[in-house]
Order: sequence, then C-alpha cells, then structure tokens
Amino acid sequence: MSDELKTPLLDELEKGAWPSFVTDLKSMAGKSNMVKDLLRQLEKSYRDKRGYWKHGGLVGVMGYGGGVIGRYSALPDEFPGVSHFHTLRINQTSGWFYTSKALNELMDIWDEHGSGLLNMHGSTGDLVFLGTVSDELEPTFRAVTEKGWDLGGSGSDLRTPSCCVGPARCENACFDTMALTYNITHKYQDELHRPMFNYKYKIKMSGCPNDCTAAIARSDMGVIGIWKDDIRVNQAEFANYVDSGFNVQEFVVEKCPTKCISVEGKEIKIDNSNCVKCMHCINTMPKALAVGKDRGVAITLGAKAPIVEGALFGSVMVPFMKMEPPFEEFHDLLGRIWEFWDEYGKNRERIGEFIVRIGLATFIEGIGLDPIPQMVKQPRDNPYIFFEEYYKEEEEK
Amino acid sequence: MSFELNGKVYETDDDGYLVNLDDWNEEVAGYIAQQEGVDMTEAHWEVVNFLRDYYQEYKIAPMIKILIKEMKKMFGPEKGSNAYLYQLYPAGPALQACKIAGLPKPTGCV
Repeated sequence: MSDELKTPLLDELEKGAWPSFVTDLKSMAGKSNMVKDLLRQLEKSYRDKRGYWKHGGLVGVMGYGGGVIGRYSALPDEFPGVSHFHTLRINQTSGWFYTSKALNELMDIWDEHGSGLLNMHGSTGDLVFLGTVSDELEPTFRAVTEKGWDLGGSGSDLRTPSCCVGPARCENACFDTMALTYNITHKYQDELHRPMFNYKYKIKMSGCPNDCTAAIARSDMGVIGIWKDDIRVNQAEFANYVDSGFNVQEFVVEKCPTKCISVEGKEIKIDNSNCVKCMHCINTMPKALAVGKDRGVAITLGAKAPIVEGALFGSVMVPFMKMEPPFEEFHDLLGRIWEFWDEYGKNRERIGEFIVRIGLATFIEGIGLDPIPQMVKQPRDNPYIFFEEYYKEEEEK
Repeated sequence: MSFELNGKVYETDDDGYLVNLDDWNEEVAGYIAQQEGVDMTEAHWEVVNFLRDYYQEYKIAPMIKILIKEMKKMFGPEKGSNAYLYQLYPAGPALQACKIAGLPKPTGCV
C-alpha cells in the first residue's frame, strides 16, 4: 500500500468475520485512481463524520430519462478521481441467472468505461455499475446495449421488475415468475425508461409466500404466488418424518400460526380453510407437504421504505388471480391502478401513501375492485359507522 | 456561466439554464437548442410554447404527467405520450425542453 493511501478508520471495517467492501476496494485501488480517491474520500467522511457527495445531478443517456444516477464529489479538487462518480443501473436477468461469458463481457465493458466496481445486486434488483464520468455514459450505454443489455429504471418511473428464481429451481413456485417479469419488462418499456409517474413504482414477483424477493415489504406492487386448494400431503413421507424422530409437535404443529394442523398417530391433518399460507410446515417437511395445485397469485399494494412518509408494508388488494400468459388480467389491473394514481396522486407520493391519504374504500372504487374480507387489515374499533344500505331500508319503511 | 448572442451577454447557471427568465426570446431559444443538438421544428415549438405558457400561469414547470395530458388535449393522443416527447427531446422533455424554453432547471429525480 502506497504512503498516500492511509485509511485507519476504514481498516477497522476489515476486522471481524465478515467480508469487507474495504478489502474489495483496496484490491482495486492499485489499478484505478477512481477507486483510490473513493477510499480517500470515504476515509475523510468517516473522520469528519459527514458525507462528501453532492446531491444528484442532471445526467442520462439520450432517449432515456432513467437508468443513470448522477453522483459528484463535493471536493473535486481534493479527490479528482471521484469528481464524477455516476451510477448506471443495468437491467438484471430474470431470477439472476447469468452465464460466465455474459459476466465477463459486462466486467470488460465496465473496466474500460468506468471504475470497474459492481454491486450485484442493488435493492431494486439491478446489476449496478458504480462510478464513471459524464463523457463515458453514452459509450457505456452503447457497449452494453450492443451485448443485448439495457438500462434499468430510476427516478419517478417503473423500476426494473424483479423476481425470484421461481420454477427454474424451486418446487414451491406457484407461477412462472420469470415469464411475468420478462413480459412486463418488455410491455412497459416506456414507463421503465421515461419517468412520468408521481414517484417510483416497484413491482416484485415472488413464486410463493416465502417471498424471496421481499415483495410484501419492498415493492409498491407485490405479486406473490399462492394456491387456492389444499396443501398436498404425502402421508407415507410424513410417517417417515415421525419415524426419524423429528419432533413434529414442537417444530410444526405448535408453530402453525392458526393452529390448523393436528396429528393422529402417524397421520397429519390440515384444516385448509384456516391455513394462512405461512409456508412454515411446507418448508419444514418438504418431502411430506407441498403447495396446492390450483395456483395463482395474491397481489399486494403499498409497501415502501421510510422516505417522505413512514415505512409501510404491502396489503392485499387481490387475494387470488390466475397468472398465465398473456397476463392480460394483470395488465388491465395495473393500467387502472396507474391511471387512478396518476390522476389523483400528488408529486412524490407513493401508491401506499396515496391509499392511506384517500382511504382504501375510495381507492378500490377508483380502480374498480369490489371490497372483500381479505382486504381488511384489522377489525374496526369504531362502532359508529354509517351504513348507507341500512339507512335506505329505514327510509323506505 | 454565460453566453453571448448578437452582442448581448446572457447569464446562465452551471448547466446552461437561463438565469433571467425575461432574457428569453425565440432567438435565444434557437441558440440553446443548437447547443443541445436539437433541430427546432414546428413540433418542438409546440412543446416549448406550452411550457412557457404554463410557467407564466403557474410559476412552476409542469410535472411530466401534466405535460403529457395537456399535450394530449391540445394536439391529440399521438403527441400526448412520453415516447413522442423523447423523440423531440432525446435528453428528456423536463431537462432539454425546459432549458430551451428558458425555464429554471427542474429539481428532483426527473
């Protein structure tokens, strides 16, 4: 390590059991002045207890309004290597399947045009290229698109749709997450690349309620695989679990949130009408239990991180929808949601905040959904509620 | 920063947006468009004129969704789309068209 790169505070982050980004950065500092200045600026930030990045900036590539996030150092004279340090979001593959050839190509492009630093993957799901200068944006864009890649979303647009591996590797997948992701990525190119919404709109696809993309917590619209019929049971395999000494009572029956499982002898019984699809029993005894056969998705709306207003979880808007190509029912619903939010939402108001502001009843009326019990988050605590239909009956008497 | 056109100096911010709204005229717009590599046609002027009218009325640049909606109302569905606006202004209607219209730089993540 050369004399000019002394980072005593960052070095602390290399101690301990976990891999450290500092170690990664140091391994690249020798061949990249950008990375070296990145480390130096970060060390100064730790020392002075303040960040030295300026907010945003007007950068992008021609024809697109999103995909590039401008980043400038507040101290360009001191750290010329990071005077520009823009981020490019590259639309990741569905289910994050890459060939090593594709990865090598991407890394070669980024070594040539940027810092060489990657983040795989960002919270939105994108493959993130970290750090380049304004003049390299168009050449990078050209190079990645020549290899068949595209930029992802940023700003007030449809963010890059993201999904779990789904049926490619997982027996719990209740729908083809990758097919839907591919479909909506192509169908909504304009919404993805040219920001026009009130604010960001994230869609995540999880094949089952294990929700490996955390759709219920991290997407404005979560599309989560689910089944309507009964959990499939293989009693012979269940008997094997019992015979092997596995404590079914403690690890399965008592852990069931709705207590809908009982065991008689070596036979398991599930009261499917009370099952809330938590997946615990299926995850614990994958050989004996499996998701049902009448499959589709539940759609949640409104999750977001605590920016502007507080954090929100998604809540169920559609408890069950069949999800098969060409996905027209889903496109139709999405179109109505966007139209209503677009018309009545405020600038920088996420869909979840919008629903809270106008009320669920107004919202579902606006997008043309009927109220159903699955939308109820908690029992009402106010008995003084005005029911229009009862009032009318009274009047007619 | 600033630029000179026909003997008059025009003050701009770091990104080339006019500092004084009143400095704007069609000649200045033409000059900024040229710098941006935009060849101004009738269709380009429609957007710029709309932006200026809107700004004069509301003292703020319209949100993209409003720009699109109003364009749709005034010029038909063909011109009321984001893709159409990006065809005219490849760097984005918010950034490039506002600059040519002499409006202040839009803020936020547009």
